[in-house]
Amino acid sequence: MKTYSADVVVVGAGAAGLAAAIEVKKADLSALIIERDKELGGITLQCIHNGFGLKEFKEELTGPEYAQRFINEVKDSKIPYLLDTMVIEITKDKKVYAVNNKEGLIEIQAKAIILAMGCRERTRGAINIPGFRPAGIYTAGQAQRFVNVEGYLPGNIYVILGSGDIGMIMARRLTWEGCEVKAVVEILPYVSGLLRNQVQCLEDYDIPLITGYTVTKIHGKDRVQGVTISKVDRNFDRIIGSEKFIECDTLLLSVGLIPENELTLNAGAEISKNGGPIIDNNLETTIGGIFACGNVLQVHDLVDLVSAEAKRAGINAVDYIEKRYGKEELSKNKIKCTAGENVNYVKPDFINKKDLSQDIIFAFRVNYPDRRVQIQLKDEHNNVIYKRKKVYVIPSEMIELTINFEKLEKKPESDNIIVEVIPRPEVLIEEDEEL
Amino acid sequence: MAESSKSVIKVIRCIVCPTGCSIKVIGKDKKNVTFEGYTCNRGLEYAEQEFHEPKRILTTTMKVENGTLPLIPVRTDKPLLKDKLTDALKIIAQRQIKAPIKMGDVLIENILDLGVNVIASRDLIKV
Repeated sequence: MKTYSADVVVVGAGAAGLAAAIEVKKADLSALIIERDKELGGITLQCIHNGFGLKEFKEELTGPEYAQRFINEVKDSKIPYLLDTMVIEITKDKKVYAVNNKEGLIEIQAKAIILAMGCRERTRGAINIPGFRPAGIYTAGQAQRFVNVEGYLPGNIYVILGSGDIGMIMARRLTWEGCEVKAVVEILPYVSGLLRNQVQCLEDYDIPLITGYTVTKIHGKDRVQGVTISKVDRNFDRIIGSEKFIECDTLLLSVGLIPENELTLNAGAEISKNGGPIIDNNLETTIGGIFACGNVLQVHDLVDLVSAEAKRAGINAVDYIEKRYGKEELSKNKIKCTAGENVNYVKPDFINKKDLSQDIIFAFRVNYPDRRVQIQLKDEHNNVIYKRKKVYVIPSEMIELTINFEKLEKKPESDNIIVEVIPRPEVLIEEDEEL
Repeated sequence: MAESSKSVIKVIRCIVCPTGCSIKVIGKDKKNVTFEGYTCNRGLEYAEQEFHEPKRILTTTMKVENGTLPLIPVRTDKPLLKDKLTDALKIIAQRQIKAPIKMGDVLIENILDLGVNVIASRDLIKV
């Protein structure tokens, strides 16, 4: 078995992995990137639409352009990478096992590991749509790869389930390729993706958006012949009698993303409610020296935020090697961060008390849309230690807050802080509040 | 002029920020209009542009000969008039380009004489 060593092994060469490896190299430590695809770049390569890079590069780029800039930097700084190579196991003592066609099984001993495997799409099985298993059912990202990278059209007449950004962008993309998109169907009473995509991908092309409905049956035995959609109630149960048939030959599913954490779990790191690993404020998992960033940690809306998070992971991995490697376990002196009212999950899961003088970056999502809210952090005794107003919150928009606890007037008086998004107290007593 | 002769010609949903204001275009004809319902200057600018001359960046793919991939992602280097997008797509779909290609290479110059170039979105090497 061939063996390698590197200061930091980065698993995945997407937006997160590339940015993390560059930071490691900048600190003059060695990084090795392992990627299962045949080229560097990850999923942004298939996201050929624009809207990337406004934060990172202060200009609007397409996905491939955004990836290319990082690929160029990796190549220019001569960071080694293995392509077409699949990591199959990560151990607590930071050995990484991988396989490829040229070398068979290989072992890499690292001092620190950065998990940057990204996420995968939820499939038909995750949402239990009954019917046969005809050809013509794809996840939206899979169809995106066929159309934008490999040069195949998966069908002619489409129904898209899910109004997330990928689903809406695919609706426009397929229309541009001469296909017909009959409808985008959304189970929630509102659009999940950005308004920009609703306007520019659906409304620009008169593609109907049907909210409050879901696909309840797929018709066809060899090939999809249509779908039945049904209205749902508040519990997402179908309302009998509301069924409508839509003829189509292809169904695209854009029904959510799940962090890809088989390796993480197998290594023995703990996973949190959102599907990503439990991390502290340094993006360090419950195994010291193993860090996580990008969509494997939490699904982001913007690749720019992925890169920013990955840079922090790179910097923190360097700091770990320089100060803590081989010395001590993770600090036990921690404050827990909990999701409260209208908060789905919070990252980080823990804050090390010794880091309270640093800026702590919180990221979270709400459970339901709301307007004119107050975002607040409180301790277990209901002492509000931080609050901020926000005009509008929606589950599809990740909220980030940077807080330095030493600069706050009030300090938390418990080892648990709760993040909440509540209606502003003054809004509650206003009359004739219009929505 | 009586107010009653003016009416809402169009409602534009502002995409500048997530607030998503509905901006009403009010007037008698397309030339004399006022905008209502915006809550910031960026919103007003967006609505004016979107009403008088809507433009979009076009992103699509182009066939490649001898490349490691059969397609290369491309985009226009400037926004294109919205009603010219379909014509531009037809031209791009008919062309084929040879690898190697570098990001930023101009693949179609001055498409439809609109002063806009189609450029490569990534590098692509030869097989």
